[in-house]
Amino acid sequence: MTNGWVDIKNADVILAMGGNPAENHPVGFRWFMEARKTRGAKIVAVDPRFTRTAAVADMYAPIRPGTDIAFLLGIIRYAIETGRYHSDYVKIHTNAPFIVSDKFTFNDGLFSGFDDKTHQYVKDTWAYDGDPAKGGSYLLDQTLQHPRSVFQLLKQHVARYTPEIVERICGTPKAQFLKVCDIVTSTGNAQRVGTITYALGWTQHSTGVQMIRAGAMLQLLLGNVGRPGGGVNAFRGHSNIQGATDTAGNTEILPGYLKTPVGQMQTLADYYGSAVPTTLNKQAWASMNYWQNYPKFMVSLLKSLYGNASTKDNDWGYGWMPKIDGNYSWMYIYDDMYRGSSMRVGGKEPGPEGFITFGMNPVGLGPNSKKMIAALSKLKWMVVVENSEIETATFWKAPPEYGGASPAQIPTEVFMLPAANFAEKDGTFTNSARWLQWKWKALDPPGSAKSDQEIVSRIFLAVQALYKKEGGALPEQVLNVSWAYTNPVNPDLGEVLKEMNGKALADLKDPKDPTKVVKTAGQQIDGFGQLMDDGTTSCGNWLHSGVYTEAGNNAQRRNNADPTGLGMFHNWGFSWPANRRIMYNRASADANGNPWDPTRVGIKWNGEKWVGDVPDMKPDAPPGTFGAFIMLPEGVGRLFAAGLADGPFPEHYEAVEAPVPNLLHPKVTSNPVALKFASDKDSLGTADKFPIVCTTYRLTEHFHYWTKHQEAGVLNELAPGFFVEIPEALATDKGIANGSKVRVSSARGSIEGTAMVTKRLPSLNIDGKRIWQIGFPIHWGYAGAKGHTGPLANFLTASVGDPNTWTPEYKAFLVNLEKA
Amino acid sequence: MELSRRGFLKATTIGGAVALGFDLSHTRAEMRALKVSRTTETRSICPYCAVSCGVIIHTLGDRSKNAVSSVVHIEGDPDSPISRGSLCPKGITLKDDITRASRLTTPKVRLPGSDKWEDISWNDAIARIARHIKTTRDRCFVATNAKGQVVNRNPGMAWIGGCTDTNEFNFLQWKAISGLGVPYRDSQARV
Repeated sequence: MTNGWVDIKNADVILAMGGNPAENHPVGFRWFMEARKTRGAKIVAVDPRFTRTAAVADMYAPIRPGTDIAFLLGIIRYAIETGRYHSDYVKIHTNAPFIVSDKFTFNDGLFSGFDDKTHQYVKDTWAYDGDPAKGGSYLLDQTLQHPRSVFQLLKQHVARYTPEIVERICGTPKAQFLKVCDIVTSTGNAQRVGTITYALGWTQHSTGVQMIRAGAMLQLLLGNVGRPGGGVNAFRGHSNIQGATDTAGNTEILPGYLKTPVGQMQTLADYYGSAVPTTLNKQAWASMNYWQNYPKFMVSLLKSLYGNASTKDNDWGYGWMPKIDGNYSWMYIYDDMYRGSSMRVGGKEPGPEGFITFGMNPVGLGPNSKKMIAALSKLKWMVVVENSEIETATFWKAPPEYGGASPAQIPTEVFMLPAANFAEKDGTFTNSARWLQWKWKALDPPGSAKSDQEIVSRIFLAVQALYKKEGGALPEQVLNVSWAYTNPVNPDLGEVLKEMNGKALADLKDPKDPTKVVKTAGQQIDGFGQLMDDGTTSCGNWLHSGVYTEAGNNAQRRNNADPTGLGMFHNWGFSWPANRRIMYNRASADANGNPWDPTRVGIKWNGEKWVGDVPDMKPDAPPGTFGAFIMLPEGVGRLFAAGLADGPFPEHYEAVEAPVPNLLHPKVTSNPVALKFASDKDSLGTADKFPIVCTTYRLTEHFHYWTKHQEAGVLNELAPGFFVEIPEALATDKGIANGSKVRVSSARGSIEGTAMVTKRLPSLNIDGKRIWQIGFPIHWGYAGAKGHTGPLANFLTASVGDPNTWTPEYKAFLVNLEKA
Repeated sequence: MELSRRGFLKATTIGGAVALGFDLSHTRAEMRALKVSRTTETRSICPYCAVSCGVIIHTLGDRSKNAVSSVVHIEGDPDSPISRGSLCPKGITLKDDITRASRLTTPKVRLPGSDKWEDISWNDAIARIARHIKTTRDRCFVATNAKGQVVNRNPGMAWIGGCTDTNEFNFLQWKAISGLGVPYRDSQARV
């Protein structure tokens, strides 16, 4: 989230799309209701189903799964055509005035640079005019009239998305769509603010990133980014999934979103060459280009990882870090595991033969369950650290319909290690609003179960001991990792959080006055501004810097006073970065540093410095010095973004499995650069055999594949088993009675469940054709409390995904439905 | 007079005797104590969605050595500015998730080709896992890629983790993954 849970109360309009927060984030949703109660805010729900959110919204509009980009570009077109966008904001805080190269084109569904053979874009034509790298500067047209300005190109790009076209693509009746446009664009000015909230209903598509971008672009046009009550707010689905991402949970990132080095970056200098951006905009509203501090973050991270072994002479240990070539993310893990190898920069390399999973259930979580089980069956060994005997741990005895081999033929040695749960260990969770909050340990784990920090430490220290004794492949990589905790086999998490915050390794001098010592060696630093690239600081995650200073553990702060009245709570926990509660908050003020709305101050210039929230800006830089988007080389928000895999503007593409061709360009129906796999387990279905659109979701009463294990719990009484939601008219057509058994099939297989015949899922008129949609919740599987098992939802989903995030397309796929 | 909520409950229970005008002391001695009257309160965070509602975990046992704590009640933390004491159906039933009989309590191993779990000690499990990791890493280690660039990676292993793990665990996990050279690593954030 750019803003926070409580901040939602400051909104005048809330667009809930690609998510169902009343169901999935019910206590966060109270702030929607608070906004309505205290401000008269309008809540708009756009969803394929009439959800629990829709039930309490001021307005509901139906939409066909996977067509959100057409809908959002339709709102953007409406805003531009009617002038209901925040013109002053757009001119100073976005790249709308920037002139784009005349080599950039878009024709028949393809942007310039598409390579037919690799199915990827060469992006060199997606560029601004003027080359700052050669001493020039960007060309800007502040009137926004230049035909190649970002603004005019956007206007031209979205011109096709008329209300009639939106209705034909999305199935949203024109009158309802126009009403949504009217409400949402009512915030396109200084006086009003709107927020957009979304969740996996946007992310889990082969066009997921561009959906989110379309939402972000709309918010930039309306002038809503950076303002209290505004922003683009992703509601994450797990207690510390935000923290997992922040601290390198993914193959492509190191802690704090530093980039994982790739093979061609042989030295730290090579690595910086590609990772550290040059300051591109040096005009008024220049870029602060905060990533120029990258070497300080990186060297401090290497000092934290390798301790004393990291020195200037050995490039701070950079050579020991594993380098990647190509993609090693989720769907590739199981594809390469299944295949047993992969091709990397032209050479064949081994695939995974061993697998460790901490608190994760990939058999449930991954697409195409049959492929998941076939992949795990190839492993030599696997370690599952868990609370319950989950599907992944027992894949070798999965029911026959999952197509696995008999246990006798599965060579995998599986270790199932009992772990402590949340209450049985301390440490911080980072919520969706980037707030780190400490939780205290309440009791010991049951039996001989251990905390995960103890389990990972024991395993790693045992491997270190083996390498120390026996040597082996590059022992330095293993042995030089610093594990110098007071109790190495079970590190105190406060000590680890201190390490992540960072400390001075030598006396740090004040850059403005070298006679003054800011920190003495060994002291905790105050924030990432004190990090150095000369080995005199260490820091495990620059983004967390400030969480554990000499003042103590700031994640433990529990002062719930709110002097701003805006729900910022600066003395409750710690919010990364720098305890800032609203990201991009410089954009909450105008060119002179005055807040757009004096009753909702993000930050404001008082003549000497920025006051309010922790400024997302150099605190003493007067208005006009730097652009509001300090992490970007051009310093302003991007309506045109060259960095993505599938285009600088979003474009409507159908899901990989779609019921109709693309109305706008039938030759390019789905995302031309969508991620796909080609193993014998990866079949895709077509509309002639699988004419019904299917989507998946969660229920309030269950958590993922987890709470079904509660044998005596209330939750299994509330939602006892798997069901399929079916529109009334479709059920009538097929002779399906409420409560009877139905079979749902995709190209991957079929599952059975109880029919829930409902009015909640409307049929949609898509360009004159009646399209049915059905859906089911994800929470069941073959492991669980007696009487509460069921099919895995992902039995039916495909290994296809977004080309930027490589996230699977769970929210729109094709099925058939019949009586069982 | 300022009263905490707990104090208020106690005061009304005791005060009842006086207000009624006759002596209930004997009856009071027979009254069932409130389930939470002797508990230790611990502030925690709900482990489900990413709202991070504050929860108070009530346990019996004073945390002295050899005293085994048990959870008797979980409620919303009214001090939390995010949740203000509210919890959803999942959060309010967290006790069921902590105390359920299906929790794993001892390490198990399933041997190659076997159709059953067998008990294994922690020490044996850790030793065998460490040996597997070393054997795999030594066998699969790629020091240089096909272009001759030094890459020092171990594609023989994949490692995923972390939707309800703490930030601190995630950092320890990343250090271990880096030390083992594992390129195949991912988390719940992808799916």
